[in-house]
Amino acid sequence: MSKIHVSTTLNGDAAEFLCEPTSSLLDVLRDTMGLTGSKEGCGSGDCGACTVMLDGEMVCSCLVLAPEAEGRTIATIEGVAEGSVLHPVQQKFLEHAALQCGFCTPGFIVAAKALLDRNPNPTETEVRYWLAGNLCRCTGYDKIVRAVLDAAADLRQERTPA
Amino acid sequence: MSSTVYHAPGTVEDAVALLSADPTARPLGGGTDLIVQMRSGRLSPGAIVDLKRIEGMSGVRRLGDAFAIGAATPCTALKADAALVAAWPGVVEAANLIGSVQVRNRATMAGNVCNASPAADSVPALVAAGAVCVIAGPQGLREMPVEAVPAAPGKTALAPGEFVVEIRLPPKPAGGGDAYLRSIPRTEMDIAVVGAGVSLVLDGEGTCTSARVAMGAVGPTVVLVEEAGAALVGTRLEDDALAALSQAVQAASNPIDDKRGSVSYRKAMAGVLARRAALIAARRAGEKA
Repeated sequence: MSKIHVSTTLNGDAAEFLCEPTSSLLDVLRDTMGLTGSKEGCGSGDCGACTVMLDGEMVCSCLVLAPEAEGRTIATIEGVAEGSVLHPVQQKFLEHAALQCGFCTPGFIVAAKALLDRNPNPTETEVRYWLAGNLCRCTGYDKIVRAVLDAAADLRQERTPA
Repeated sequence: MSSTVYHAPGTVEDAVALLSADPTARPLGGGTDLIVQMRSGRLSPGAIVDLKRIEGMSGVRRLGDAFAIGAATPCTALKADAALVAAWPGVVEAANLIGSVQVRNRATMAGNVCNASPAADSVPALVAAGAVCVIAGPQGLREMPVEAVPAAPGKTALAPGEFVVEIRLPPKPAGGGDAYLRSIPRTEMDIAVVGAGVSLVLDGEGTCTSARVAMGAVGPTVVLVEEAGAALVGTRLEDDALAALSQAVQAASNPIDDKRGSVSYRKAMAGVLARRAALIAARRAGEKA
């Protein structure tokens, strides 16, 4: 079976890869592109550990076939920080100790950033519903929710002219 | 899985040809059921026919006051169409109860219909609304009411080579309102134990002139309960009319007993949810557009 050639934009740069017809986008990101931040938890769209942005919408990359990405724009956890400067969501996850084993963290951060990019002032309920597709088996979620709300407050202040 | 071929045709005709050429081929919309089933080994299609490169497959078109929803339109995109939300809020809400945000950014109503799960959330709402599937196949295009598409759990009435091109919703009737409610053990990311979709029309006096009631997860397929709609017609949804509605949906319910709910629980909840959905639909019908 011949491999399929796919051209994408990945974290802002043009990227090409060869893939099997039924490879998942997650497999290509991890195994071909060397971007191992996105994790495979369940492989069935339940846990959200593989969350990436596809054309500006968050999706489970385990449920995207790699050939579907032709001509599309992908953003992963690797593109969230700017160089060595953490995104406020990442910084607040550290400050609030919103992680223990860390396996779910990339998915949570991509999803939380997607929420704050469109809603800079979410309620706790909105945060909890938005993150319902991300599972964490360590923290009990409360520290994650606090971190996201605190990051939102931080981002709102940055947007206010001094 | 490694012997599967991936196609991304640019026309409906090419998609039909590819699906007709291999009886194991499957159309791909959002993939949230198909890819899961491939990974679990339940399905190993010889070919995947990705519909998303075909013009018109993604997005909502207006047909006068009616709507045509492309088969590959993700559920979240429905919320962005203000006219659709105003006309059929129950359908849009039902589609946006499926899975998580990540899943709804990919999952489609056409896929929800064709996956043929009895617990599909968008299907009772579509059936209540009188939605129709436009189906492409070797003989050209044909239409089928949504309730006729699922034939059994995981099986559809589509013939080999056929796939759903779009779902059409009629114009909102004057004095019309719709609603969908489901029962799940938590508040998000779960599968309906019971689902109830109601669409009805009230005249200027508040009397119901027509009603359609569809139930999910109480039988092998989503079911249109005509007796339940009839129980509301000619009434102002007084208590005895709502009691007759509940009785009719319970009589039409033949659920399974499983970890999600017992037969008696599902039957009881079917009556409760149909009643509550009818009251929401009636409130919406009374609101001025």
